Amino acid sequence: MNHPVVIVGASMGGLRTAESLRRFGYLGPITVIGEETHKPYNRPPLSKEVLANEVTHEAVAFEERDATADVNWVLGTRAVSADFEHNIVTDSDGQVHPYAALVISTGLRSRRLNVPNGELTGRHALRTLEDAIALRAELVQGKNVVIVGGGFIGCEVAATAVKLGCNVTVVHNAAHPMLRPLGSELAEQMQLRHEAMGVTFKLKRTVTDLLGVSHVEGVKLDDETVLHCDVLIEAIGSHANVEWLSGNEIDRNDGILVDSAMRVMQRSGHAVSNVFAIGDVARFANPIFDQEARRVEHWNIPTETAKRAASVIAAYLNKSDAYPAILDEPFKPVPSFWSDQYDNHLLAFGLLGLADKATLVAGDISGDCVFEYSRGDQLVGVCGIGMRSVVQSYRAKFI
Amino acid sequence: MIKVEVDMTKCQHYGQCVFEAPDIFRLNADDKLEYTAEADDSERANIEAAVDVCPMQAIRIVE
Ligand SMILES: Cc1cc2nc3c(=O)[nH]c(=O)nc-3n(C[C@H](O)[C@H](O)[C@H](O)COP(=O)(O)OP(=O)(O)OC[C@H]3O[C@@H](n4cnc5c(N)ncnc54)[C@H](O)[C@@H]3O)c2cc1C
Ligand code: SF4
Repeated sequence: MNHPVVIVGASMGGLRTAESLRRFGYLGPITVIGEETHKPYNRPPLSKEVLANEVTHEAVAFEERDATADVNWVLGTRAVSADFEHNIVTDSDGQVHPYAALVISTGLRSRRLNVPNGELTGRHALRTLEDAIALRAELVQGKNVVIVGGGFIGCEVAATAVKLGCNVTVVHNAAHPMLRPLGSELAEQMQLRHEAMGVTFKLKRTVTDLLGVSHVEGVKLDDETVLHCDVLIEAIGSHANVEWLSGNEIDRNDGILVDSAMRVMQRSGHAVSNVFAIGDVARFANPIFDQEARRVEHWNIPTETAKRAASVIAAYLNKSDAYPAILDEPFKPVPSFWSDQYDNHLLAFGLLGLADKATLVAGDISGDCVFEYSRGDQLVGVCGIGMRSVVQSYRAKFI
Repeated sequence: MIKVEVDMTKCQHYGQCVFEAPDIFRLNADDKLEYTAEADDSERANIEAAVDVCPMQAIRIVE
């Protein structure tokens, strides 16, 4: 009997890998090990429309396809180690899973504030369905909500909490929310739109202390300002889930370094031919931009990287003659993300964060508009509020 | 034949589906999604790809 393809992480990336393996003609067994107890679900609605309504697994679950009906799901179980030499994964129940190929799709976890009084209750983060359920219960009309971190997730939650009738303050360490990806002009404009809806910003500030006896009642900022709150939401970024891979000679500083076939790179500079990493946890170079490997936390990347890995794995395990050619295919997915904040529907392509300049190219800054992002004279991204056709037309420039 | 259904209460007209299955999905002059509800079986792979990339998970293939 052949060993299965073992996928660790029962998320979007894990699911898309399983589906794509079938599509690329791999018919052997597939095991998915996932720490969460749920079948894969979609995270973005957890800060947006689903958080504004009722948070259930059903509301966010990915539809299951016939092609993956025979996948062996091992849920509520964490992989605790992997041994690339002996091709085995061990899980938290002590079960050993030998593999023919291993796919690491363990994503990220929320970073938390590291401040005194950390043991207080009432602190929230937002990554999982359970996080969203717990947070939803607290976002009640009239509550004072402090959100630390004015990135996309922080700003989306701010918009949702305002919609639910909460009083919202966002503490952010830069001059404008979402400054790094959007650039100052668009970031400032988004700040104005949030302020018009009633959000207060404390900018260029960080939290130094939590106040309260058993439940969090406030935060203290680095300028000694005290903000009273009933609910504290920490949206200050994330850590890659890579610790369980210790013991293997790989580069796992800020995600797992992979080659253009999604194969995990050893420190020696050689790729492991049957171990792959995909999704948020994978660090790969995208020749659209340059040769530098980066993690990309955009929703389309788990799917793109899953498809790439699956095509290579299927060819490898099926001993296809096309394997060398498939390995050599270039991999340059166009990153894409969107964000919904009130009636502002942002859509972007590329890696805006690489830009040193953002230029308004269509529309009007106070209404629908499109910005072009460039690094020197290289176009690295486009982002628009509304004006879909204009934003769409840019995508071709990256292909 | 395959039947395609888009939940228009979910769709935010992001148009990601258009890149995967241009013969089925398009944005009209008002930037709103329009689509062809019945497609040939040869379109299945493209439509499945469109299902995968839809941020709102609004597209369904009804067998
Ligand atoms: C609230 C929220 C809103 C978002 N909104 C947007 C948006 O609007 N637009 C956009 O482009 N992107 C958005 N994103 C980002 C997008 O959701 C991610 O890019 C995507 O979820 C990444 O998928 P993944 O499969 O790589 O990893 P993840 O979704 O992080 O999944 C990793 C899985 O692996 C499991 N796991 C970890 N370690 C182990 C282990 N040792 N053993 C077993 N299982 C393990 C975890 O429990 C988890 O289920 C949002 C993310 C969040 C959290
Ligand atoms: S990708 Fe989804 S949300 Fe976007 S236009 Fe198509 S169906 Fe609508």
